[in-house]
Amino acid sequence: MISRIFPRLMQERSATATIWLLSFAVPLLTVGLAIGLTLRSLPILRDNSLIDLLTRTTWRPMAGEFGFLPFIVGTIAVTLVAMVISAPICLLAALHLAEYAGSQTRTLLRPLVDLLAGIPAVVYGLFGILVVVPAVGRYIAPFAESHLYFVPWLSPQQHATGYSILAGGMVLALMVSPFIISVAEDALQAIPVGVREASLSLGATSWETSKYVSLRAALPGLVGAVVLGFSRTLGETMAVLMVVGNVAQIPESIFDSAYPLTALIANNYGEMMSIPLFDSALMLASLLLLVVVAFFNFAAQMLVLAVRKRAGE
Amino acid sequence: MRRRLEEVGFRTLMLMALLSVVGALMLLIMVVAINGARALNWEMVSQVPTGGYYLAGGGGVLNAITGSLALAVTATVVAILFALPVALFLQSDYGGRTRFAVVVRTYLDLLWGIPPIVYGAFGFTLMLYMGLRASLLGGVIALTFVELPIMARAMEEVLRTIPRALKEASYALGATRWETMRWVVLRQAMPGLVTAVLLAFGQGIGNAAAVLFTAGYTDNLPRSLFEPVASLPLAVFFQLGTPFPEVQERAYASALILLVIVLVISIKSRLLGRLLSKHNVLD
Repeated sequence: MISRIFPRLMQERSATATIWLLSFAVPLLTVGLAIGLTLRSLPILRDNSLIDLLTRTTWRPMAGEFGFLPFIVGTIAVTLVAMVISAPICLLAALHLAEYAGSQTRTLLRPLVDLLAGIPAVVYGLFGILVVVPAVGRYIAPFAESHLYFVPWLSPQQHATGYSILAGGMVLALMVSPFIISVAEDALQAIPVGVREASLSLGATSWETSKYVSLRAALPGLVGAVVLGFSRTLGETMAVLMVVGNVAQIPESIFDSAYPLTALIANNYGEMMSIPLFDSALMLASLLLLVVVAFFNFAAQMLVLAVRKRAGE
Repeated sequence: MRRRLEEVGFRTLMLMALLSVVGALMLLIMVVAINGARALNWEMVSQVPTGGYYLAGGGGVLNAITGSLALAVTATVVAILFALPVALFLQSDYGGRTRFAVVVRTYLDLLWGIPPIVYGAFGFTLMLYMGLRASLLGGVIALTFVELPIMARAMEEVLRTIPRALKEASYALGATRWETMRWVVLRQAMPGLVTAVLLAFGQGIGNAAAVLFTAGYTDNLPRSLFEPVASLPLAVFFQLGTPFPEVQERAYASALILLVIVLVISIKSRLLGRLLSKHNVLD
């Protein structure tokens, strides 16, 4: 009897040990990532204060001047444009999908949306080059030039090429929308049917129900969806790199070129080992991205959790 | 009257929003398909670049297709080795209710959100410490980082759907935890787990930012773990960057190949997901 139980026990114990042991990979990887990037960005922090690096505007690695401000502004500008375009559209689309679409439309569209979330970034970038950049350069920029020149940030300089913050923002908006729709629809679906029915039975129209009941009940989840989308957009590299123009400057309008942090890292890995402190500067850029994205993700997870808890009550 | 107007107005707005997103994405697929199909031919998918390929010479992107498959398949296999135990651990049968599980969950969410370019930079740093140059191995390391959190999270969601009663029935029959996992839980969850693996694979094969530093690029077919390897996303990127229209056309074709691979995998995994609901025991 013992001999028949013993191997099973051994197997059980070793399986448990393996599972516990390999689970340590997750925190180890996270901590290793943070430590590794910090160690590698220390050299540049030794020569310059962090505040200086983040607020200076000249970027001349050869001369040892590393001002990150143009890249930080570039990242924020592109991400904000993307969110301004995608957030309202995606939330409305998710609401339609969750509460108005027939079950046939939903079973057709929902997998489609998830499918589109898997399209690689370079394909979005290619679409940007083929369609969005020419559209911005040929139609949107001239239109803004003649009609919107008095609006700050919307007046293009002469001969806008189309490789611009707006083009980057539009491509990213498109890229992140399946993701936002998917998370937002989940949040809306988590609202118990009874809550909506109570509102409808009191004589509210379906839009009033959406406005006063669903949107309110799912609010943390919807905000979470947008914040998650925001942090995804912030870290996106290839698609934005291909359409945003990559000029290290503080942009004056959304028709100017910009140079986001991710594009900076991707474009310069080749020569970074040959210029002193350059590699350290790029690792600092990675670390910055890591910290910012971690912050936003954490906030978003809290919000999404809040809505799940509320629905579970 | 005002209520009616608002009702109709917002309903139209919502429908338009949904149609514009779906329409724009359909447009994207059509643009890539039409432009890609024009440059696509048998030579593109069956040959490696010959001399002067980037000056509009002959050849194809077989190096990138095989390279991408080698990168993504290897990274996916390595990621499974970590993701599956982590997903099992997060169940209440193992550490799911411990404090450590809270830590693992938090860090997993964090890893999931980290941009691939950061993994690329970190992978590059690791390679410097290990004395590696851009190679298949380096690319696999970076891609594994990208795929691990995606896969582990998806697997955990699948395992969470396994009914508690099913496990308890197995325990009541005297099975150990491992036997319950091996013969009941994993079996029941298999289609869902395969979906999770394919999801991560799809993300891995399309990822350019992580392999940019780490895998390098070459005109050869992948031969060894320690040599650079080409990949489809980078093939698209580099060919677009050349000044020759003929080469740019090939970037469109490469993008179409990549898109088809990703969409086929995605649809396959969805069909498998449907299989799961068909064979559910307690439904």
